[in-house]
Order: sequence, then C-alpha cells, then structure tokens
Amino acid sequence: MAKTRSWRWSLPALLLAGQAHATGIQFNMTPGVTDISQQVYALHMTIFWICCAIGLVVFTAMFVSIILHRKSRGVTPATFHESTKVEIIWTAIPVLILIVMAIPATRVLIAMEDTSDSDVTVLITGSQWRWHYEYLDYDIDYFSILATPRGQVEGRLPKGDNYLLEVDRPLVIPTGKKVRFLMTSDDVIHSWWVPAFAIKKDTNPGFINEAWTQVNEPGIYRGQCAELCGMDHGFMPIVVIAKEPDDFAKWVEQEEARIAAIREEEQRLLALRMNIEEQMVLGERVYLAHCAACHQPNGTGLPPMFPALKDNYVTTQDRAEHIKVMVDGRPGTSMASFARQLSLRELTSVITYTRNAWGNDTGDVVQAVEVYEYMQGKGE
Amino acid sequence: MSTVTTADHHDEHHDHKPTGIKRWLFTTNHKDIGSLYLIFALAMFFLGGAMAMVIRLELFQPGLQFVDPQFFNQMTTMHGLIMVFGAVMPAFTGLANWMIPMMIGAPDMALPRMNNWSFWILPFAFLILIISMFLPGGGPDFGWTFYAPLSTTYSNDSTALFVFAVHIMGISSIMGAINVIVTIVNMRAPGMTWMKLPLFVWTWLITAFLLIMVMPVLAGVVTMVLTDKYFATSFFDAAGGGDPVLFQHIFWFFGHPEVYIMILPAFGIVSAIVPTFARKKLFGYASMVYATASIAILSFLVWAHHMFTTGMPVFATLFFMYTTMLIAVPTGVKVFNWVATMWRGAMTFEVPMMFALAFIVLFTIGGLSGVMLAITPADFQYHDTYFVVAHFHYVLVSGAVFSIVAAVYYWLPKWTGHMYDEKLGQLHFWCSLISVNLLFFPMHFVGLAGMPRRIPDYALQFADFNAFVSVGGFLFGLSQLIFLWVVIKCARGGEKAPAKPWEGAEGLEWEVPSPAPYHTFDTPPQVK
Ligand SMILES: [Cu+2]
Repeated sequence: MAKTRSWRWSLPALLLAGQAHATGIQFNMTPGVTDISQQVYALHMTIFWICCAIGLVVFTAMFVSIILHRKSRGVTPATFHESTKVEIIWTAIPVLILIVMAIPATRVLIAMEDTSDSDVTVLITGSQWRWHYEYLDYDIDYFSILATPRGQVEGRLPKGDNYLLEVDRPLVIPTGKKVRFLMTSDDVIHSWWVPAFAIKKDTNPGFINEAWTQVNEPGIYRGQCAELCGMDHGFMPIVVIAKEPDDFAKWVEQEEARIAAIREEEQRLLALRMNIEEQMVLGERVYLAHCAACHQPNGTGLPPMFPALKDNYVTTQDRAEHIKVMVDGRPGTSMASFARQLSLRELTSVITYTRNAWGNDTGDVVQAVEVYEYMQGKGE
Repeated sequence: MSTVTTADHHDEHHDHKPTGIKRWLFTTNHKDIGSLYLIFALAMFFLGGAMAMVIRLELFQPGLQFVDPQFFNQMTTMHGLIMVFGAVMPAFTGLANWMIPMMIGAPDMALPRMNNWSFWILPFAFLILIISMFLPGGGPDFGWTFYAPLSTTYSNDSTALFVFAVHIMGISSIMGAINVIVTIVNMRAPGMTWMKLPLFVWTWLITAFLLIMVMPVLAGVVTMVLTDKYFATSFFDAAGGGDPVLFQHIFWFFGHPEVYIMILPAFGIVSAIVPTFARKKLFGYASMVYATASIAILSFLVWAHHMFTTGMPVFATLFFMYTTMLIAVPTGVKVFNWVATMWRGAMTFEVPMMFALAFIVLFTIGGLSGVMLAITPADFQYHDTYFVVAHFHYVLVSGAVFSIVAAVYYWLPKWTGHMYDEKLGQLHFWCSLISVNLLFFPMHFVGLAGMPRRIPDYALQFADFNAFVSVGGFLFGLSQLIFLWVVIKCARGGEKAPAKPWEGAEGLEWEVPSPAPYHTFDTPPQVK
C-alpha cells in the first residue's frame, strides 16, 4: 500500500525464508490519510492500551496466584469466598473505564456520520463482482474491475506487487475537498472499504447509504469488498487515486471527452459492418475479462449456477434471446446486464465471439446496429 | 456446598438395560443420551475441523491452488454451521444430560422420551445438510450467517435443504432446552434450594431460557428466506417493499444470544473446575448467578453491533455501542471472581484445571478484543476482517471448546469408571495451547493490516501471516487426535476411578460410585 505510515517490521528472515515480500509486513491498523482515519487510529490505540492494561492486571494476579498458591508449596487454602465490597469495586471500576472509552468514541462517530456540505458526490454501485462509479456533478460514469490476470491467480504467471489490489479504472477524487459517497447495489450486499479513509459501508440493494472523506495527501489507496457477496467476493478490489484539485479538473475534462468520443464512435459504428475476424479478437478479450470467471474460459460454465455457453440453445440458436440476455441480464440470477458496462462495439463482438467459439460455429456475425435497435426498441 | 445425608441405596437389579443398537435407539436414559450427544458432537467437531483444514490449506499461499472459490465458500459456511450447531451446542447438551440430573439429585431428565427424540432428529438434520453439498451446484455457500439476498435470490437450490436442516436443529435445541428447564425447576432433591445449585446448573438454566426465546426467531428467519426464494414473498427484497437489512436484524436478534448460549455453560464448567483444583470455595457465588442473568438479559439488547456498517441511524448506532460495552461489566465480574477463587487456594494442575486456566486467559483476550469491536468508529476498520475471525475464535475455540474439553477430562472418571491418562492429557493440553495461539493470534495482525474475511485468495502482504496461521491450524487439528486417543483409551480401561477422584470436588455427582450406575438417585438424597 502506497503512502501509509503504518508500523512495519520484518519477521526474521530465518523464520519464514522465501515468504518475505518487498511490501513488508504490517502488524497494525493503518492511521490512514484523512483526519477522520487518524482519529479512528488514535481511538483504536487508546482502547488497545487500556485493554492491555486490564489484561496485565488480571493475568498478573492470576499468575502470581498460580506460582505462590499451589499445593506443592504446602499451603493450606484460605476459606474466604465472598465480599460485597470487592464485588462493588470491580463492577464500578470497569464502568468508569468504559465511560472514558465511550466519550471519544461518540465524538468520532458523530463526525464520521456528518455528510453535509460536500464538494463532490460519487454514486457507488456494487454488483457481482465489480464496482460502478458515477459522478453526479459531471457526465462521467464507468465500471471498475479487477485487473490482475487470471494467470497470476492460477499460478501460471508470477504475482505482481499489487496482486488482487489493482483495477482497470480506479476511482479518482480531489484532495482537500469533501467527497460524499452514495452507495447502493444492483444485486447482493457488498461493502465498500478503503482502510486509508476508515470508510467501510455496506451497499444494500434498493437502499442508499452515505459516507464521506476528505483526503489530505495525493496518492493511490487500495481496498476491497468486505461483505461476502458470492463466488468472486475476494476478487473485487477498490483503487482510489487522490489528485490535487487542478489535476482532478484535468482528469474530469479528459474523462468527459473520452466518454463523448465513445458515444460518437457508437453512432459511427451503426453504419459500419465489422468483419468476423475483428470481432473474434475483440470478443475474446472481452469474454476473458468479463465472462470467463463464471462461464469459464472454454465456455463450459459451472452448472447449474453458471450455465455452459458451449452447445447452449441460446448461444447457438436463439440469436434474439442472446442479445436480450446480454443487454438486460437475467433478473434473479448472477447474470448482470452488460448494456452500461460494455461499449456497443464490445457488446456486439462478445456476442459474435460466443456464437462462434469452442465449436459453436454458427457463422453468425452480429452487427452493432442489431444490438442498438434492440436497446432502442426497449426504450419506446 | 451440599452433602448427602442418606446413602444412595443402589439396587443392582435396577441396572438392567436393553443391549445392542436398540439400547441406543430407544434409550430414555439421561446418561445414554448424554453419551450420544457427546459422541455426535465429537464426530461433528472432527468433520467441521476437516473443513477448516481445507480452508487453511487453500489460504497457506496466495493464489488458488486446491479448491475453487465456490467450494471455498461452501467450506467456510459448513464449517461455521457444523461447529456451532453440530459440535458446540450438542456437546453442551450432552454435558447437561449427563450432569444436571446427577448434580441436582434427580433420577433422570423430566421428559425422557422427548429427550430421546431431541437427540435422534439431530443426525438427520446434519445428514441433510451434508448431502446438500453433493447436489448439482453444491451446498450452502453464503456463510453461516446466510445474509439475504445472497441466500435468497442468488443462492443455489440446496437452500431448501439448508432451511429444512436448520429447522430440525432448532426443534432439537428447543426440546432440549424445555427438558433442562422442567428438570431443574421440578426435580431438585429436597433441600437443593436455588442458591445451592451448582453454577453449571444455573448457567444451563439461563441458557435454556435463551434457547427457547431465540431458536423460534431463527426458525422464523430461515422460513422467510425459504418463502422469499421459492414462494415470491419479498421480506428481504426492496423491489417488493422489503429490506435486506431486516434480515440482519432478525438474524442477529437470534445470533447474539446464540453467542451466549455457547459461552454461559462454559462459565458454569469453569466455575466447577477452578474451586475443585484450588481446594477453595468459589468466590462470589451469588454475584456469579446475577452476572450470568444480567449477561443473558443484556444479550437481547446488543444485536446490531454486528451491523454497524449497514448504515443505521447515529442514534441506534450509539445505543448499541453503549449496551455492548456494558456487557463487559458482568463478564469482567466473572473473570475477577475466578481469579479471586484461585487466590490463596492450594492449587494442583491436573488436565481439567489446565484447560480451565487456559480458558480464563484466552477467553479474557477474546473478551478484550470484543470491547475493542464495540467501539463503533474502530469497528468500521475491524468489521468483516480477520480481526473479527480472531476475536470469535478466541471466544469459541479457546473459550467454549476448551471448556468442553476441560469438562470431559473432569467428568470422564465419573462416566467411564477409569482415570484418563494424565501424561497424554497434559501432552494434549500443551499441544493445543501452543497451536491454538499460533493459529488465532496472528489473525489479529492480519485483520488489522486489512485482510477481509471469507476470501479464498489474498494480496501478497498477507502471505507471511497466512502461512503461519495455516501451520498453527494443522498443528491444532493434529493435537485433537491426541484427545480422541485419550478418550478412547479411558473408555476402554485404565486405573480404577474412586467415587470422588478429585480431592477438592464438591457436589452430588461425586457421591455416587464411578462409573455412575445406570440409574442414580432413585430415592432422592437429602441435601443439607
Ligand atoms: Cu462484493
């Protein structure tokens, strides 16, 4: 993790030779990069030391007793067995300690929940197994997906430094500004967690949660989905890049231009006929990135949850249904709608690819205009 | 605490019992049923443990090596369900069956036929649950907490079997609890007044009330899952006017008292063992009873501390933070009382005492991390990480499981008539103590460093800890084979145990011979 000022030690190399990594070992919570996260860290350390002190007192008494009051030393047992005074004392002292803990905890909690007066708002939508970021103040929205190649997971490729903590398109936010996050989900409950901001909030389908952050230092901050959300729960990381406000403004400009260009390209595409070779190349890339986790790289799926696409009725016969499923998803299953997630070109290519790969050999070449007409037809 | 004034006149001809499989199938004898529960729990402990070994094997190194993520999720789910409902709860029920009638001077449980039924439906519940793993699509894979809508709209078809299995487990628990309450209320020997009851009986009485109150809630929530999935209701589906967070409120209204169901009888066991081996009366008996009762009551007011990240209103969050912190007070009283019991005693360190002492230390560590988890802002960082996994395994493994093991060593001479092998027992203890800490202590660090729970693969900075934890896990698993060996060896023979094998022990169970005759206290003893 970049830019965390956490405590790091290295275990003696002897202990676990060959296991040590350049990233080092982190033993404690990160203090993070926001005022709030630092307050949370301070609170954590305060309670930690109080708990250590309590443990020390209790365990010392216990071990002194174990050493001194043993039968082998020839002691005769005492007979005392109750004392109301003592019971009151060791009820009252913990209550006082707890009150001391509760006061700062309450203060930090109330500060964390105050989402008013924000400068930028991002709607975060979780879905199996990707994040969608939509900037409500700009014309920008995109999906953010795990970028670690499958080969690294399966051990065919050496693992990179940010193994499982890298995405294709990170969330970008400005530093020094109050950023408000609205969170929801398209399917199951996920939880958006970035330790450096001390934000962990569940994304509940059909409801909207709120959180906020104000990052002090530019940098790259990584996190993960924290609520079990199905098969690939371990594979939906979060990457946030905090940029200085000027750089952020530049990024917004570029991003808006990029999205506009995609729309233009889409219009151009409608008049164009893509050939099958071109579609197969792009389609395979899209398939491996978005479909292969469930339907498997060779199209055999993981039935019955994730049906095989090889020799499947829809992917070999019912072309209209195939387009419909890709655009709308299958409600009530893990099959999501890909209409927003893929460009028209990618959507078209992956359908053509699926209809021709692994011996499906339909020879069908789907064109963008066909998919586009289905999408428009729905809108009317 | 209590003594028998009339000797227990035991008639040999009363000791008849059917033989072979019929004895076990049709038995209404509390000792037989107790043994069945304990053997079943031990079998489930090894099955659930084997699943934990699969989990630790996959997590030994980063990357996916042995199992796919879907199977991994089934392992974590089944491990949790089997350990909670198959190992810990039946083990406590087995101990209750064996010991409560003997401790209160009753001839048997009050409802012996129901007792038979409440045990015998249990193996079928787990058979159904385990069979579900072999269905196409696999078994339950949504975590033992089965949060909706992962367990409804997005689950596989084994969910119906899961729901059915949980219903049967719940019925079994409720019947067991009713039996415990009726027995304790009605069948105490003359003179066995409330404030003379051994603490194991007290803690079980309170546990039984918790069970009766929350198991129907669990039954309700699994039924709602069933109808949401198969009958188009929308309890947990916003599209139909429901709320997925409602699921969590109902589940944890069951789930938090459930935590105490798994720890209150452990308090009772430790409160029996520590005075015996310290040769000194339990310090603060009355305050122990009141502390247990207050923990039970408070356990109904803290459920949403499992849900701080779901986005509750600040007011509710604060309420649950304060009540959760408050529960540390009666729990602390218990720990202080145990230490005061040891203080200026004359201690010896046989295996039951060793496990009880380890319980006090390690449970306290689990309790202190529990206080940390109660602090909501910090909980936002801890929640759903390995810090939580470390916390509840300290409480449940080195807590509940250690107390059960201590109880087995403590009462094994009474059950079998033989002393267990002290050397092997000590070996088992030291192996367990060291490996359980290798296994669970580093989980605190890896959780604080940011590793989420329930993931089959992880980022490289967590690799060292996970390798370490896995080695601890394998060692802990192997250590329990020593336990199996000690128990089998003791059941088959060994040094003859006297009626009261522990010098400092008190209570009616030690007044009857070892092994305890098939029928005890046909005529109630008089307790002074
Ligand atoms: Cu997720």
